[in-house]
Amino acid sequence: MSAAAPLLEVSDLKVSFETEDGTVKAVDGVSFSVRAGEVVAVVGESGSGKSVTAMTLMGLTRGPNARFEGVATFEGRDLVAAPEDELRRIRGGDIAMVFQDPMSSLDPVYRIGDQIVEQIRAHDNEISKAAALDRAVELMERVGVPNARARLRSYPHEFSGGMRQRVMIAMALSCSPKLLIADEPTTALDVTIQAQILEELRQLRQDTGAGIILVTHDLGVVADIADRVVVMYAGRVVEQGTLDELFYDPQHPYTWGLLGSITRVDSDRSKRLPAIPGTPPSLLRPPQGCHFRPRCPHAFEKCTEVPELTARVPANPDHLDRCWLEPERKRKLRVVDGRIGLASETTVIA
Amino acid sequence: MSAIRSELSVEIPDALLDEASDLPPGVGPYKLAWRRLRRNRVALAFGGLFLLIVVLCLLAPVYSSDIAHQSPNFENITGTVKVGGKTETIVSSSDIPIGPTWQLSHYFLGADQNGRDVAVRVLYGGRNSLEIGAVATLITMVIAILLGLVSGYFRGVLDGIISRALDVIWAYPAVLLGIALGTILAFGGIGPLHGTTLMVPAVVIGVVYIPYVAKPIRGQVLQLREREFVEAARQQGLSHWQIMWGEILPNLSSTIVVFIPLILANAILLEAALSYLGAGVQPPNPSWGTMISEGINLIPASFSLTLVPGLMLVLAVLSVNVFGDGLRDALDPRAKVRIAR
Amino acid sequence: MGRFAIRRLFSMAGVMIAISIVTFLLFAAIPGGNPANRLAGRLANPEEVHLIEVKYGFNKPLYVQYVRTMKNIFTGQAYSYQQGFNVLTEIKAGIPATFSLALGAGIIWLLTSIAVGTLAAIRAGKYTDRLLTVLSMTGVSMPPFFLGAVLIYFVGYKLNLLPIGNFVPISQSPWEWFKHLLMPWFTLSVLFIGFYSRVLRSTILDTINEDYIRTARAKGLSERQVLFRHILRNSLIPIISLWGLDLAQVIGGGAILTETVYNLHGIGQLAATAISNLDIITLMAITLLTAFFVVLLSAVTDIVYALLDPRIRLS
Repeated sequence: MSAAAPLLEVSDLKVSFETEDGTVKAVDGVSFSVRAGEVVAVVGESGSGKSVTAMTLMGLTRGPNARFEGVATFEGRDLVAAPEDELRRIRGGDIAMVFQDPMSSLDPVYRIGDQIVEQIRAHDNEISKAAALDRAVELMERVGVPNARARLRSYPHEFSGGMRQRVMIAMALSCSPKLLIADEPTTALDVTIQAQILEELRQLRQDTGAGIILVTHDLGVVADIADRVVVMYAGRVVEQGTLDELFYDPQHPYTWGLLGSITRVDSDRSKRLPAIPGTPPSLLRPPQGCHFRPRCPHAFEKCTEVPELTARVPANPDHLDRCWLEPERKRKLRVVDGRIGLASETTVIA
Repeated sequence: MSAIRSELSVEIPDALLDEASDLPPGVGPYKLAWRRLRRNRVALAFGGLFLLIVVLCLLAPVYSSDIAHQSPNFENITGTVKVGGKTETIVSSSDIPIGPTWQLSHYFLGADQNGRDVAVRVLYGGRNSLEIGAVATLITMVIAILLGLVSGYFRGVLDGIISRALDVIWAYPAVLLGIALGTILAFGGIGPLHGTTLMVPAVVIGVVYIPYVAKPIRGQVLQLREREFVEAARQQGLSHWQIMWGEILPNLSSTIVVFIPLILANAILLEAALSYLGAGVQPPNPSWGTMISEGINLIPASFSLTLVPGLMLVLAVLSVNVFGDGLRDALDPRAKVRIAR
Repeated sequence: MGRFAIRRLFSMAGVMIAISIVTFLLFAAIPGGNPANRLAGRLANPEEVHLIEVKYGFNKPLYVQYVRTMKNIFTGQAYSYQQGFNVLTEIKAGIPATFSLALGAGIIWLLTSIAVGTLAAIRAGKYTDRLLTVLSMTGVSMPPFFLGAVLIYFVGYKLNLLPIGNFVPISQSPWEWFKHLLMPWFTLSVLFIGFYSRVLRSTILDTINEDYIRTARAKGLSERQVLFRHILRNSLIPIISLWGLDLAQVIGGGAILTETVYNLHGIGQLAATAISNLDIITLMAITLLTAFFVVLLSAVTDIVYALLDPRIRLS
């Protein structure tokens, strides 16, 4: 990783939506950065705000009911407040996005070739259709679609799920983006295809030096490809750091819960699968203080105050977390049944 | 009207069939719909307007006997009435009836060419039109639900026969079919359906609209029967009828509720059309349609004869439509803001 | 595609035959509907009735009558007993009016609905949308004969802007043809515009929330490109197929109300008088015509649908 200025710097991003039932605070103060050639995984369950964050970077959440605060700096410009036409030039150009469900993410009435060409020509109005088609073939071959030139004339429903996702990646790459945002790119696919798609992304990073934001809820994917990890819960970042820091020295109980719920081949079969008890809070009326408090077995009085996102492990100044517990206590509390996890009974804080 | 086809092919969102995912516990989808409906002032206002019209029409006999002192069919061509001090004949020598007198007790809205009180007739006519509309809607819904359930659930030969029959009815333009059946029954008749009884147009209209409801219901039943809870019910040993009644039918309820005002509005319009063409309500019984038909003959001499029943008709149908639309919006759980996940 | 078309043709023929049989049975077989009685008049005695029966073949079995009637219709020899004319000639006379009305109105209502529906969808929730919804609702609630009466009274009589009723063939005077059709076109369209614009609005609002629209925006397309190339392209598909079906019905006599109130003497009006005269033959001929158009246009619509939506083609 280069020590140069980051490609993208998100500072205290807040996104809320006005609904007929009240204000939903989907993203409540998120900050992280992405450097060129780096893969940053944004992890969380449904409703954590990870997708909203990703889409806000492209301006896809803008609407009459959306309210934004904070800054997301990309190449010196703020994406959050950028005027629409400026953002449009960036979309699909410098920043591209791959979505979760390839089945519904492609327009069913146009051929694949035409859809890729459409993106190319949106960013280069001088290129001829023939040249654009050539480039499309190049891209499809690069992502491993066999018989690319012929398949240009196929419709989305004529591809399998894995192929469709590759096509989406090809389309996203068509204008050589500097930053690729992938929102759960493998969730809708089965495991073998998943591995191939991740390989594509790895290849991409290597070949172009693009930065990648990978939004996912699957820790297996994170372990496979991420350099740094941002863990989100109920609209806030609760922990962020390098892959190693997170997997070997996790600081937040939610992270312990995530790690603990990974099933392993050597885990004791007689015990029930550990899951984090409870459900994510409503974003309309979130709990006071730490959002994880109602589900956390280690909560104490201080938790009614919102914990700041800071580095609490002096050796790793870039490893941030939002938990009031002392690092010493954390090291003890996070070991459950011989491995990292979240305790199921409330542990009395002595 | 044939254009109903486009309206009724709009899909009922099946999100109501899934669990309500992010609702507070204990609030079912219908309670939520009711809450949403209550907030829709416009729909409620029009619903109230419709009720008002219904009540007024039901009170027709009261108005007739106590206020206007006229029966709807009482012809009074040569009679006179006092208007603003002057005495005028009800129907002038050049065959032009008087316009509205704005006096509640005498020919409030004027008279028709036979000297009959328009206000009284419009209320009685409304009663007939609304009654026919309501009965027709009932017939349509009950038979269509039955046919849709049976053909969608059992499929096979039964479904084939029912679907073909529905297709044939559906291919006929509604008005033509209505006239054909109406004329035949009025002339020939089957059992009690004969001659000038109001049941004839009611049954005719009811039958005409059956395919428009039965086909979507059948489609939904076809989907529902593949779902797990049906399979589970079979495993439990429930009989076919128990499943249809207890499992499938409740899931159709939102579709059914949305269809009712739609069919009602169209039934009232179809009745007016048939009566206008002479194949619906037979004279001397009043109906908004017959009154408009009679009124058109008097244009340009007198327009109020056409305007009065026409406005009542439009208001009644409009209020049913607006309310029905509000109902559909309330049952549609699509939130105004889609929060990306 | 070929097999698909042939199968459709067969079911088309099947539906047409079914409809003709049903029509025939309705009129000929309903109890109390002995056509000889009607022809003979009320005061006829049984002998006269019997004579008529033999003369016209009413005493033969139903299926024989049916076949004979169908044969007559298709060979152009069908003659209406009740109204005293050659059925085919009358129908041919009514075609120009009905076609002019139907096609003109069809184009008007399609284009207007697209404009209104799209506008209402883009400005959903705002004032424009609410206004358009009110207008649509009113259009849907307005029976054509009442609207016709209102227009005839105000535009025809009071303002004397347009001629009232009747049909002028285009060969006679294109300008008169046009003037005479303006009010009927408007009257017939209003109802359909009311429906179609709401359906389109709802379809567009559904489509806007689709994932592929999000992808289109993410590609960097302008809102205009997204609207026309993706949203409308997808939303119009169901509208076009509905349009085909409704047009078929209108041609086949579904515009009966508009034709009657404006006295256009088209096929719809012919159907109305046929029914009230219990003239089976004319009615059957018209019904077959309607069925033919419905079935033809629905097949065309299916084909157009398949052309517009590639997902359908493979099945």
